[in-house]
Amino acid sequence: MQYQSQAVAKPYFIAAIGLFVGQIVFGAILGLQYVMGDFLFPEIPFNVARMVHTNLLIVWLLFGFMGAAYYMVPEETETELYSPKLALILFWVFLAAGVLTIIGYLAVPYATLAQITGNDLLPTMGREFLEQPTITKIGIVIVALGMLFNISMTVLKGRKTAIIMVLLLGLWGLAIFFLFSFYNPENLVLDKIFWWWVVHLWVEGVWELILGSILAFVLIKMTGVDREIIEKWLYVIIAMALISGIIGTGHHYFWIGTPEYWQWWGSIFSAIEPIPFFMMVIFAFNMVNKRKRDHPNKAAMLWAMGTPVMAFLGAGVWGFMHTLAPVNYYTHGTQITAAHGHMAFYGAYVMIVLAIISYAMPLLRGRAAGNSKKAQIVEMWSFWLMTVSMVFITLFLTGAGILQVWLQRINENPMGFMEVQDKIAIFYWMREVAGVIFLIGLIVYVTSFFIGGDEEEASS
Amino acid sequence: MTQSHTKISQYPPGDFAIWIFIYAELLVFGIFFLSYAFARSQNVELFNESQLNLNRISGAINTLILITSSYFVVRAVAAIRENKSLLCARWLLAAIVLAGAFIGIKLFEFISIYSEGISLSTNTFYMFYLSMTFFHFMHVIMGMVILIAVMLKAKQGGYSNEDHTGVETGASYWHMVDLVWIILFPLVYVMR
Repeated sequence: MQYQSQAVAKPYFIAAIGLFVGQIVFGAILGLQYVMGDFLFPEIPFNVARMVHTNLLIVWLLFGFMGAAYYMVPEETETELYSPKLALILFWVFLAAGVLTIIGYLAVPYATLAQITGNDLLPTMGREFLEQPTITKIGIVIVALGMLFNISMTVLKGRKTAIIMVLLLGLWGLAIFFLFSFYNPENLVLDKIFWWWVVHLWVEGVWELILGSILAFVLIKMTGVDREIIEKWLYVIIAMALISGIIGTGHHYFWIGTPEYWQWWGSIFSAIEPIPFFMMVIFAFNMVNKRKRDHPNKAAMLWAMGTPVMAFLGAGVWGFMHTLAPVNYYTHGTQITAAHGHMAFYGAYVMIVLAIISYAMPLLRGRAAGNSKKAQIVEMWSFWLMTVSMVFITLFLTGAGILQVWLQRINENPMGFMEVQDKIAIFYWMREVAGVIFLIGLIVYVTSFFIGGDEEEASS
Repeated sequence: MTQSHTKISQYPPGDFAIWIFIYAELLVFGIFFLSYAFARSQNVELFNESQLNLNRISGAINTLILITSSYFVVRAVAAIRENKSLLCARWLLAAIVLAGAFIGIKLFEFISIYSEGISLSTNTFYMFYLSMTFFHFMHVIMGMVILIAVMLKAKQGGYSNEDHTGVETGASYWHMVDLVWIILFPLVYVMR
């Protein structure tokens, strides 16, 4: 750790991991509810478990991004953070808002939560992924703006690198597009159009900038390759991500009541969305081949290499599979979507946050370069357990999805939704087994933080 | 012209990143062209009928304009290779003026189509015609911005025969804009 104020990243990373555990526990509950519908009912109904699972994912990734920003900005700008105190205050505000919201989901019925948080004053609740009470949403905006103020002021007084400018652009975009969660028109078509401005333009737009900049940062640090080379790649990757991703929003506009030309625009532009991810793979492996040193933190390297590969598979390949309008006509909203969602989120965003945590955490804990060999081996085990089980989750859900599409939509005598769910239960069982292995992998991951041993020496 | 300035020229000319960009752009337009061909094969009559309504004359003039502007850009690169910064800037200015003419004619075309009440939703042919020409239109504007930036730097003597990657970068992009139009025009306006 070169700058004192980088230390504020630590609580963010710890909170991220804590909420990650919560997310996966609820994922395991949810997976079981697919095959045992009344499991934990009425304490935790399916819709609540799902809401907690998805919301926790978003919140912990945001914690991860913020931690990454607080860690990267001082080092890249070569100056202390504008206000470490503000960063810590915002941490507690965000954690409190997040935890209270989850407790709210679990403690009272959703309608009651809406009532006691004054949703009728400014109705924003009740939409998938944006279920948070309006007051929580306002809290998120305050935290995001506070963080942006803090890091923007830091960047203004320090060195301005391409990595940090891309990161800033991504974080500003993240905050700006979240504002559309406050727009809740009566017209359902308009509602959906702008809902995607948060959901799609986050994960297939500005979040990719954050992903790209974190990846570039970690690769510079670990490989020692010249900044100019890495930055050039970064520019090209984000240009591709934006060219394809922005109009690619159209692949959500196929069947929601928008004009037909969206089927063409959405298909054509989203068809090239895999390319930036493919370029990330080439980029990462090229940089490693050109490396000027062997960094002792092998675990961080594994995460950094795994990210583009899994992101390309999950976001790129599994996304492309059902992005063309004529295909999506059949697959829309089936388990194919769930398969894609799981691997894309894991590959692109979970892994990049774990990569920066893996790289930064040993340094934040005062170690020279990396954890002990023993701790790294355990962490690498968790990498393989989680990654391989996620591959299987994805494959099982894809199997479920293909069967579902066939029985429910293509078959000459299409079956009803629930009837089909019974037929594909075997896939859900296998997915649950893979999910439990994922949870075990996560426990192994957490354990790796508590393993001591001799530190790795820093290499020059 | 002496050969002294022709060091072993690097290939591709210009900045490497612009080529990734150019290939990406060509890929997008390529997918558009393929989609057009596919959609047309599903409804040849509609495409042929709607196509007759387009203004082929203005399209042809615009083709000549873009090809000529590309030639001017070639002259600009040749000029800077002989260390003639001002001449380079002047050739670029000529190309930019022609690009402006392209924009003007295209706007005229868009306005007359619009006044006929034609939109993206009229039929599949017009969806493609409007989408592809509009995306290309945006690229012409982007190309103009790049050429203007290069011209201003050339004017201030920012390039030399030793170091003129920027001029080649701008020229490469501009040729791509031209190339796309050379395919787009016959495909959408003429071929039937």
